[in-house]
Amino acid sequence: MIKLSVNNRDVEVPEGTSILDAAGELGIKVPTLCHFKLDDFDIENKAGSCRVCVVEVEGRPTLAPSCCTPATDGMKVKTNSVRAINARRSMLDLLLSNHPKDCLTCQRNLDCELQRLAGEMGLHQILFEGEQMEHEVDRANQSIVRDPNKCIMCRRCETACNVMQTVGILSAVDRGFDAVVMPTSKRSLDDTKCTFCGQCVQACPTGALTAVNRSYDVWRGLNHPAKFKVVQTAPAVRVALGEAFGMAPGSVSTGKMVAALRKLGFDRVFDTDFAADLTIMEETTELIGRLTSGENLPILTSCCPGWVKFFEHQFPDLINIPSTAKSPQQMFGAIAKTYYAEKAGIAPDNMLVASVMPCLAKKYEAARDEFAPNGIRDVDIVISTRELANMIKEAGIQFMDLDESDFDNPLGESTGAGVIFGATGGVLEAALRTAADWLSDEPIEDVDFTAVRGLSGIREATVTVAGKDVRVAIASGLGNARNLLEKIQKGEAEYEAIEIMACPGGCINGGGQPSIKGDTSILEKRRQALYVIDGDKAIRKSHENPSIQKLYKEFLGQPGSERAHKLLHTHYTERENA
Amino acid sequence: MLSADTKPRRTSGVRADSGLLNALHALQAEHGYVPRQEAMALSRRLGVPLARIFEVLTFYSYFRLEEPGRITLSVCDGTSCHLQEGPVLLKAIQALLGIGAGEATPDGAYQLNVVRCLGCCSCSPVLMVDDKIYSQVDPADLPGILKKHPPTAPKEAN
Amino acid sequence: MSTITPLKDRDALSTWAADLKTERASGAPVVIRVSMGTCGIAAKTTPVLEALQSEIRSQQKESQIEIVQTGCMGLCHSEPTIEVYDRQTQQSIFYGNVKPEQAPTLIREESSQAFGVDVLTQNWYRPEETDADVETAQARIVLRNTGRIDPESIADYVGTQGYAALANVVTTMQPDEVTQTMIDAGLRGRGGGGFPTGVKWQFAAKQPAGEKYVICNADEGDPGAFMDRAVLEGDPHAVLEAMAISGFAIGAAQGVVYIRAEYPLAIERLELAIQQARDCGLLGTNILGSGFDFDIELKYGAGAFVCGEETALIHSIEGLRGEPIFKPPFPAVEGLWEKPTIVNNVETLANICAIMRRGAKWFRQIGTEKCPGTKVFALAGKVKRVGLVEVPMGTTLRDIIFGVGQGIANDRAFKAVQTGGPSGGCLKTEDLDTPIDYESLRALGSMMGSGGMIVMDEDDCMVNIAKYFLEFTLDESCGRCTPCRIGNKRLHEMLVKVCSGRADMRTLEKLRQLSDTIKDTSLCGLGQTSPNPVLSTLRQFRREYLDHVMNHKCTAGVCSALVRYDINERCVGCTLCARNCPVSCITGAPKEHHEIDQERCIKCGVCQQACKFHAVDKH
Repeated sequence: MIKLSVNNRDVEVPEGTSILDAAGELGIKVPTLCHFKLDDFDIENKAGSCRVCVVEVEGRPTLAPSCCTPATDGMKVKTNSVRAINARRSMLDLLLSNHPKDCLTCQRNLDCELQRLAGEMGLHQILFEGEQMEHEVDRANQSIVRDPNKCIMCRRCETACNVMQTVGILSAVDRGFDAVVMPTSKRSLDDTKCTFCGQCVQACPTGALTAVNRSYDVWRGLNHPAKFKVVQTAPAVRVALGEAFGMAPGSVSTGKMVAALRKLGFDRVFDTDFAADLTIMEETTELIGRLTSGENLPILTSCCPGWVKFFEHQFPDLINIPSTAKSPQQMFGAIAKTYYAEKAGIAPDNMLVASVMPCLAKKYEAARDEFAPNGIRDVDIVISTRELANMIKEAGIQFMDLDESDFDNPLGESTGAGVIFGATGGVLEAALRTAADWLSDEPIEDVDFTAVRGLSGIREATVTVAGKDVRVAIASGLGNARNLLEKIQKGEAEYEAIEIMACPGGCINGGGQPSIKGDTSILEKRRQALYVIDGDKAIRKSHENPSIQKLYKEFLGQPGSERAHKLLHTHYTERENA
Repeated sequence: MLSADTKPRRTSGVRADSGLLNALHALQAEHGYVPRQEAMALSRRLGVPLARIFEVLTFYSYFRLEEPGRITLSVCDGTSCHLQEGPVLLKAIQALLGIGAGEATPDGAYQLNVVRCLGCCSCSPVLMVDDKIYSQVDPADLPGILKKHPPTAPKEAN
Repeated sequence: MSTITPLKDRDALSTWAADLKTERASGAPVVIRVSMGTCGIAAKTTPVLEALQSEIRSQQKESQIEIVQTGCMGLCHSEPTIEVYDRQTQQSIFYGNVKPEQAPTLIREESSQAFGVDVLTQNWYRPEETDADVETAQARIVLRNTGRIDPESIADYVGTQGYAALANVVTTMQPDEVTQTMIDAGLRGRGGGGFPTGVKWQFAAKQPAGEKYVICNADEGDPGAFMDRAVLEGDPHAVLEAMAISGFAIGAAQGVVYIRAEYPLAIERLELAIQQARDCGLLGTNILGSGFDFDIELKYGAGAFVCGEETALIHSIEGLRGEPIFKPPFPAVEGLWEKPTIVNNVETLANICAIMRRGAKWFRQIGTEKCPGTKVFALAGKVKRVGLVEVPMGTTLRDIIFGVGQGIANDRAFKAVQTGGPSGGCLKTEDLDTPIDYESLRALGSMMGSGGMIVMDEDDCMVNIAKYFLEFTLDESCGRCTPCRIGNKRLHEMLVKVCSGRADMRTLEKLRQLSDTIKDTSLCGLGQTSPNPVLSTLRQFRREYLDHVMNHKCTAGVCSALVRYDINERCVGCTLCARNCPVSCITGAPKEHHEIDQERCIKCGVCQQACKFHAVDKH
């Protein structure tokens, strides 16, 4: 243990603790900007680059960046000396001098760390004005807007993209005043192997990386007199949306969310959970087929569009292993515009399908070429949890005062297996529930496959399904996925089924969710909330969903049927690894 | 020992390759710059993501991403030359060729670079044309110097 | 020299050295050394060399005169330079500004006076071997072989006690004794920081045994310094030998020379030297039968000044952007590939063999108590004798500039001397008698730096020089931390304002304020010292700043925005100025008054020089 004093107060910390954390022990919060830490994922951006967190250390000739200076025994630290405060203000002054001052129209308005710091420090004037960077804004893709002019070189996105996700797109280019974070070869993100997972957007403290905002398109759609407006909401949205309205992390706001969507003007409010159940029907059929034949194992899940794009670029040799089942979002669109449209007597091209997703890659996914049969898109517009929250506020809906409301049927009926898709391990657990039932003579009693649950990056388990051992693995976060895949490539590991989600923790930590601001405990709360919903459901196995059973009976026939294949399955394309 | 290549970088898991810089030097020596196609091939060969290569290429001033002019004029901007009319010499060349530092003439004949101390501080200001050094160059000498290095025909694409 | 066979032990090396001595003694009585460093070659030394060689042949003096191509002699002001050395009398005469047509006379006269050739004073340097009295201006330890031996011949090096230190170290000493000798010698890093080299070694030596590395920083980047290049080109084996010694001391088996790609000749000579040393068994496995393994490989820098910083350099070797990171961990604990690593620059290493050969006590006699040894400077600017200078620490600036450098050229007055390059500051006449070492220069607001020493006269503008160095830093900043990336940009913008007469008093205050902040907050040494040129000129030459700000005047006539050329009534319309103007901005019909287009004028002054009628005024 090390003893030091911060602002004349003594504190004892373990060796290796930074000054920042030592001060934190005393409740002293030193302002930071480039520092970014995701405890549960062992990710830390310790660039030491912004110099906002500098403090005075007795006997040291220069100020010390508290985020990366280890505390030492007997150290005397002053966080708020005039010298430190002046330096800190100057750093912010310099950053702002090279930053567009369009806060009012910036996507990050009121959600920007730079803006907040400037406010807290009361910076009212920029002393050192001068030339600013001039870069083109990259709006070429469906998911992420990149405005390098707002980059402050904190390198947080670089850590997210390279260290956490190992996608390897974003990195600093050029040097000196021209240094800025850019995608490979300064190309548009669209031209790279970016997976649009959006973790960079979550890491960015300013408006340099933001989500493409489609809420205006939703407004236009909602105001279209002739269109029949349908919306689906992904499992993870309901356990995070409330945070945008001040609800405690982990609060479940399904009922209010449905009510709000109805108020916004949707004709039908459906649930992606329904489609998740449908996904299980198809995917489990595939799993059992492969288990029985012993061929083409392991099966990899394919619900996550970030993950799909990742392997298309970086693991082309594995392109035949993932399940061919479309993601729940796309299955929903396909069924809504065929089965439901027919049932409700609506022309498919007159139906607007919107999605509310915790994800930015879903925006990209909906726009993929193969998801527009006969020129009609399965899903027309995708908005994120954050965009929905903003639309609710924009519409003046008092979210907290709303009476709870239920999803419409039939595409709103779902099981507990559907809702856990929102957390890492959930898809696999849902599949195991169904597989176990189908392979056993009698329905299983215990549906809780707790071995596959949790937040850790890679989990392995051997579960017993109908008396047979099935080796499964779960990875969340693309860096973990890469490790797992490389193990398989090297023949160091063998599994029958693997679930992969691009974002660490799964969809609850998606790029479109309200920011957790580095507090990974929020994810645990969201995760638990999903399992509470699951536990509360009367039906917890996808194949027992009556609406699903009806869908097969009336429309699809059997899982894996020709029609099911046409509507619910897809293919993958090898893409340039650059 | 160093040839045990791909190893982690301290503080982060970014993959590095100690052979990268020397490999880029070799490419530039061969082509006069580092063509994108070659960089991509190198990326595959070393197993280093292209983004890593690109961030390195743009960091070091020595590497060029575009084909340079065929005859290189290097104006020394070491301290000694700077104090002794180096900047005026540079301006005069820029005016004469109509290009800025780091640029090539539109016909690709001349490349104008500003370089750090060439170590010929007694000869300031110094102009180096390809590898020939001109000492104490006066702006008025420039047309004569250029005449000694007439534009050459572009190389046939191979 | 006969074919090289690996030397199996220490005795084999001594025998070879002794044989070489005999061989030399019975060789040609006269040696002509020709300075063939990059600068010498640039100054057209090759034709001189060829003329000398063909003259020896035609005068049939092959047995009397031997020609040796050496590295830089440091006499840049008089290139091409040759030294005629008489083996019997051990006397030398240096000839400067030699022309090929003088070769016949030089060869005929041998060591006696050659008429029509510049004879340079002999006390320019004294080789270490002659045990020079250190009172004379120069003392050569680092440059002891540079300009004396053929850098492409390992025999030449061995013949001057080369590799004797390594042989002694690996066969008779323990690693901690080597480190202790270095600590006792008190050698401090010559790259600029002045950290005690022995202490650095000790940190690395104390780390658990295993993979460790020795790095030679040969990425010389200071825009006005070229001493490392001179050593690498002139005495490459000294660096290799020192690296092997340091490897032995810390327990490393691998060395890396990180060298500037812009130094092709140095690279060529180093590669050759490494190969020769390997062939002789002085690098590789089981060196001289001692059981010690050590090898060296080259890595090329690519134009990034910041790579002078240890952690940045290590990143660069690892194939990454050369960005510095926060220390600790220090490289001695966690360096290349996260293994204990020491980084020493070329000049530091060039001291080590002499120290190991002659002992710490000897070394301590030279220089000052806190800073033993010598320092090499690249003396340049407005001084008469531009060149490489090696003086004992504690020598005054006056002795260097007015002694070795022989004062200011063209009868102008001394104004300032800049040391430490982009990290340093400017010193005034009052500071000339300060004995120089790390501390005294720092106290004066400058730095030792890597050894650039630029002398300025009254025609130099101090604001402009501050702007120049800042431009350099701006170009070379890695862009990682805010103060260096944006702060230096703002400093530069303010200096541009001052130089163009658009600044006010507030700008000067902001300059100072921001400079202080950048020093206090930057991540690495580059940023922490980048405002030094600004702060030191602001303090020492405030009047010049005020002149620019208040009177919109650049007294030295350097700041082009504040300078204007006009054609007066004496113009007769001879058109000479217009024909000479490099940007064709002078118009006027023949025999009529000419005009300068101020918009396009680049203020080069060619028109003024060309005019025979004093019709061009400079304001």
